[in-house]
Amino acid sequence: MSGKNWNGPVKGREEELAYNQKVYEAHEKKYVGAPVIKKDAMALVTGKPVYTDDLAPKDCLVVKVLRSPHAHAIVREIETATAEKVPGIECILTWKDVPRNRFTMAGQTYPEPSPYDRLILDQRVRFVGDAVAIVAGGTEKAVDQAMRLIRVKYQVLDAILDFHKAKDSQILVHPEPDWKSLIPVGADNSRNLCACGVEQDGDVDEVLKGCAHVVEQTYHVKANQQAMMETFRAYSYLDTYGRLNVVASTQIPFHARRILAQALDIPKSKVRVVKPRIGGGFGAKQTVVAEVYPAIVTWMTGKPARIVYSRYESQIASSPRHEMEVKVRLGSDENGILQAIDVYTLSNTGAYGEHGPTTVGLSGHKSIPLYRTPKAFRFSYDVVYTNVMSAGAYRGYGATQGIFAVESAVNELADKLHMDPAALRLKNMVREGDVMPAYYGETALSCALDRCMKRAADMIGWKDKYPYRDMGNGKVRGVGVAMAMQGSSISSIDVGSVSMKVNDDGFYTLMVGCSDMGTGCDTVLAQIAADCMDCSYEDIVVYGTDTDISPYDSGSYASSTTYLTGMAVVKTCEKLREKILDKAAEYLECSRDELEFDGRRVYQVGGSKEISLKDIGNQVMCNNCDALSASESHSSPTSPPPFMVGMAEVEIDKETGELELIDYVAAVDCGTVVNPNLARVQTEGGLAQGIGMALYEDVNYSRTGRFMENSLMQYKIPTRQDVGNIRVEFEPSYEPNGPFGAKSIGEIVINTPSPAIASAVRHAVGVTVRELPITPEKICRGMHPENF
Amino acid sequence: MKIQFQLNGKYVQPEIEADMLLLDLVRELGCASVKRGCETANCGLCTVLMDGKPVLSCSVLAARADGHSVTTMEGLQEEAEEAGRFLAEEGGEQCGFCSPGFLMNVLAMERELKHPDEEAIKEYLAGNLCRCSGYMSQLRAVKKYLERKGA
Repeated sequence: MSGKNWNGPVKGREEELAYNQKVYEAHEKKYVGAPVIKKDAMALVTGKPVYTDDLAPKDCLVVKVLRSPHAHAIVREIETATAEKVPGIECILTWKDVPRNRFTMAGQTYPEPSPYDRLILDQRVRFVGDAVAIVAGGTEKAVDQAMRLIRVKYQVLDAILDFHKAKDSQILVHPEPDWKSLIPVGADNSRNLCACGVEQDGDVDEVLKGCAHVVEQTYHVKANQQAMMETFRAYSYLDTYGRLNVVASTQIPFHARRILAQALDIPKSKVRVVKPRIGGGFGAKQTVVAEVYPAIVTWMTGKPARIVYSRYESQIASSPRHEMEVKVRLGSDENGILQAIDVYTLSNTGAYGEHGPTTVGLSGHKSIPLYRTPKAFRFSYDVVYTNVMSAGAYRGYGATQGIFAVESAVNELADKLHMDPAALRLKNMVREGDVMPAYYGETALSCALDRCMKRAADMIGWKDKYPYRDMGNGKVRGVGVAMAMQGSSISSIDVGSVSMKVNDDGFYTLMVGCSDMGTGCDTVLAQIAADCMDCSYEDIVVYGTDTDISPYDSGSYASSTTYLTGMAVVKTCEKLREKILDKAAEYLECSRDELEFDGRRVYQVGGSKEISLKDIGNQVMCNNCDALSASESHSSPTSPPPFMVGMAEVEIDKETGELELIDYVAAVDCGTVVNPNLARVQTEGGLAQGIGMALYEDVNYSRTGRFMENSLMQYKIPTRQDVGNIRVEFEPSYEPNGPFGAKSIGEIVINTPSPAIASAVRHAVGVTVRELPITPEKICRGMHPENF
Repeated sequence: MKIQFQLNGKYVQPEIEADMLLLDLVRELGCASVKRGCETANCGLCTVLMDGKPVLSCSVLAARADGHSVTTMEGLQEEAEEAGRFLAEEGGEQCGFCSPGFLMNVLAMERELKHPDEEAIKEYLAGNLCRCSGYMSQLRAVKKYLERKGA
């Protein structure tokens, strides 16, 4: 307990090195596939100051946002003179003080599918919590006091709080003439439409008419919060050159640079964005939720400024999942062979359109292609504006909602046919080599979904437990199953890049433009680089991410980093090896064709000449005209889906509806598993998040549009006592287009719990819950309708 | 007001306002390991030891530290490294934002409970939320840590 050095360097590196060496040797001396310790792990577990707010200068202005109490209103008057007199207040900005350029806060590749419908501050406020004024001052106390002294006169307008009534409503969320949609996604602000569309193959209606069995149901997924432990935050300052530097907890540094330049109406060359360690993202930080506020304060005052969202703000004014109502029509023949799937998704983008046009697509594109048999499909959708908090990107990105609906409908069809839903799926599921018409016509080059099904069934003991077992003590246990897929990067759009250089003594620096948000991509990319260069994992120093230094990368989202940036590492290493050979040929005075590089030295095959990488690294620092570095980008024309199967066992109290999750098993095909520990924890974590969504995390608005679950007291993310036992195994396929055969893992893992648990409940007590979360109250109402 | 207390073994005499929270004070005094994940005493990220017992520093007034001893992870670096390595070997730290609060409570649990079983571990640590890991890797790490040689 005695006082140790505060924040000294991490000691005990020897143990970490020994562990990494051990797992490397146990894995046939390859790093890809070995569970090495994350590069930043020891700094994180010893509490080093590595996150945004730990690094912010002490003299930063405190920035806060005054928020609207109304769901829809016009700011008629705003009086700030009194508030400005509070000692320590630096500035108070209102809609009159900010640039009039509309932009989107969605971190997407330009031109963004999300409409340009935002101002930093607008005269029209569109949800309870929308920004009305920005207050900056020397202390939090002063800022709080000033916020209380700002007088706003609102003209309160009728609001759209029911997303069923939004399309073609008399009330318009975005009537402004400068609202703009950059690419054709079916957006129309005069109809409250953020996007709409139809895709089809074959005549669904005709095929459904001929089906022996049809299930037609509607499923409702709410606007769940990512609830990463580190809330939104950023700080900003002007550097030596008068440029705006923004250090932000973001998944998208390069998009953030563009968005900040657009929002502030300044050249992009004036903005630098740096990402330190991030306390979780899950997609929340794929939207520039908080960065504009300190940025504009710094740009206007010249002073460093900092914003840290409270959990309350993170709950009421952020970027949660899109609420979706998904209507599914599913038809099969007498034998359970699926004939047609018809999916209609109504998506609620809230007050602004961030990620609205794109999330909805996944509700069809990542659910329908799970099945190979249908002769026809249709996928149609509307994405509507309403006067609730804007939605954004959340792990799964629409696939989660679509898969809950389609997988639930398939489960209901199986029950209707009195057929084991696992067996029904084995008859219908997509197989390796299949062309997937509902997935952009791509071919499933790697798919172990069938093996995943058998593995998961073995893990949980499906044969003995399906469909339910009465435990004889007033409790009954049921099991349920669901499949899932996702993508690996956005095909032909996302860009992954790295650059790598040889330093003196021959160690490498790997500069990445993607954003490790705790997932461990810095580590995974170093593992790939180490195997490509035949060197030690310890010889790779990873640096990310700084828009002034890192090569361009679209960012860490869309399950892209391992697959896409990983491939950029492979390409960069190939180039760098060539350069090392060239340099060695020069120093050894022989032809390059005679030389080989084994990671430590370049040597003449069948000859005696050799030079170590260490000597090359040192020698290029003297009289050298060709930098020993390489940088490559990668984009993928396809987005190979990872696949998985999840199975749940629940126990339900027949009297009260109380539900206990007994067991959750998952078998995952993410291609080659690059780091089994990190992939496992991604899966376990995603499943727990999916379990939270399935069972606990509710979203409700008051009649005036106030978000009710505005703290972790009300918004119940699962504790370690709420997730039961989660067990994960891998069934790898080999993806020919991925680095070392890898596909993605980050998002798919949240998709199975909701449909699998819903089906387990249905098998246990015959109650079908089609609106999440599946609460004991809903189960009880279903079991005992006479009492309600 | 001026208070005096022991922070990680050293005496400090900060000038504080009456409504200041212990969390904000220790961060101001350089203990950045102490995080805030909520403001409703739900997440456990702000866990510090007061006179050796875990408390949520977001829910303790700084003034209450007067005359007491407060320990953050900055004062328990060797213990944090030892326990933390078990978490790192499972890949369980992930984003790491909840790791200091979690590990502080693990260290407190080790002192308080003798041979806790799985249920007891889960119950003791139930107030430490984590959004990344799904808790399984944390449980594996804690069990291995408690069973380590020499423990």
